[in-house]
Amino acid sequence: MKIDIDQDYHRRKKAAQRIAFVIFRSAAFINGIALFIILYFMVANGWQAISWEFLTRPPVDSMTRGGILPCIIGTFALSFGAIIAALPIGIASAIYLNEYATQGRAIRIIRLGVTSLAGVPSVVFGLFGLAFFVVILKMGVSIMAGALTLGVMSLPVIIGATEEALKAVPNTFREASLGLGATKWQTIWRIVLPAALPGILTGSILGLSRAAGETAPIMFTGAVFFTPKLPQSLFDEVMALPYHIYVLATAGTNIEETRHLQYGTALVLIALVLGMNVIAIFYRSRLRRRLTG
Amino acid sequence: MKKNATKITVEKLNFFYGKEQALFDISLEFKTNAITALIGPSGCGKSTFLRCLNRMNDLIPYTRVEGAVRLEDTDIYSSDLDVVILRRRVGMVFQKPNPFPKSTFDNVAYGLWVNGIRNKRFVAQRVEQSLQQAALWDEVKDRLDESALGLSGGQQQRLCLARALAVQPEVVLMDEPCSALDPIATQKIEELMVQLKENYTIIIVTHNMQQAARVSDETAFFYIGKLIEKGHTDALFTRPRLKQTEDYITGRFG
Repeated sequence: MKIDIDQDYHRRKKAAQRIAFVIFRSAAFINGIALFIILYFMVANGWQAISWEFLTRPPVDSMTRGGILPCIIGTFALSFGAIIAALPIGIASAIYLNEYATQGRAIRIIRLGVTSLAGVPSVVFGLFGLAFFVVILKMGVSIMAGALTLGVMSLPVIIGATEEALKAVPNTFREASLGLGATKWQTIWRIVLPAALPGILTGSILGLSRAAGETAPIMFTGAVFFTPKLPQSLFDEVMALPYHIYVLATAGTNIEETRHLQYGTALVLIALVLGMNVIAIFYRSRLRRRLTG
Repeated sequence: MKKNATKITVEKLNFFYGKEQALFDISLEFKTNAITALIGPSGCGKSTFLRCLNRMNDLIPYTRVEGAVRLEDTDIYSSDLDVVILRRRVGMVFQKPNPFPKSTFDNVAYGLWVNGIRNKRFVAQRVEQSLQQAALWDEVKDRLDESALGLSGGQQQRLCLARALAVQPEVVLMDEPCSALDPIATQKIEELMVQLKENYTIIIVTHNMQQAARVSDETAFFYIGKLIEKGHTDALFTRPRLKQTEDYITGRFG
């Protein structure tokens, strides 16, 4: 029997498709709108606070005037410290899990650990950092303790992104390399890792951005509300941007008066994070172009 | 090297993917400095068999080998064999060209570097020699530092051949090397194979029977994991001993 083409049916299906695409596009737009609204709020309320003095001077008059230089330095120190601590361990773990480990019970347990680590609330990380790095390892409230705590928190993100990047490297490269008499490690070091670098970079930048903006993990471990001098060593305590916003907005002596400072600090923090993301994306696309000839 | 010497001996080889047996009691010999073609319908185990010869199947989990494979006097499945050295002696060209995302020069030099050969002048000489052997030198000599991914499919495959030859293997395994190439590129590779057999032992898996007839000295016919018949190419194609072989060659199945 002949199956006729049902024009009417197809017309209805096409209309339904158009509606679906409108809904999907709106959803995507909502993303952009949300970001835009946040940025608009920050800029509208905080731009008056931004000045050269704001960015390069410490706060004065118990935080009601002045700048946030120590916070900027502190946030940089903490987040870069976190990445330096977490990146090697994260990448090494991902390489082990993806390239060396034989599937079995031990691997499943390790993976369970990594996934669970991702679900630990940030304030719990803060307490862990306090108990372990600050007290037991006697680092005191310091850049080192804060950076290590943030580092541990970033591990799941870095491991996840690195593993994805490693999995995306075609197996045929590994086979070609091993077929020439290379060892597994030579193959990983010379072929697989370089090819996975763009993905690893993305993961690291994501981790870095998250670390830069976290308050709870650094509250007990590295950041303080006020310290008169800039950090001289890894064992000094620091001020940090997110913590600064938190305290000004909740416990400061002049919450309303310092409102513009809060927004200004938030603006600086957002600018920092966005800036890091943009640099990472730019570098990543350059690497991608080189790898795909 | 004696023309009739045996390079690789396979004795009662059985191969398993987990519980599935893929190769059944395969025994045959590969002569030195000859081209042996492995033919048979898709899925009959030729590629699996080829990959047993340089232990590439070790990379796949849950595989098991029974029987023996000897490269001259060495049992390649013995527990104290260094697989890395085996793969230096037995090279491989894959079905789909797979140059590294590096420059043409770096691709060919890679094998030398990972085997500890660093002398810049020697490496450069060897790279040029290998590219000449693969009939690619003239086409790439002015753009050795450009990405290999910019070459055409046929050029990439010749590059992979040059890359395999650079470390001077004794045997070159070729897994359907022309199946992703156009007829002209295929012809170039076939001409190369005939030139190369003077210095290398070549084993080629192909589903193209005309190619096997053109190029090889000996041919082995596989069917569903078993070796059905093996012999001199001319004899096998004109006077096959078994009916199954004749049916396959004349296209009655497969």
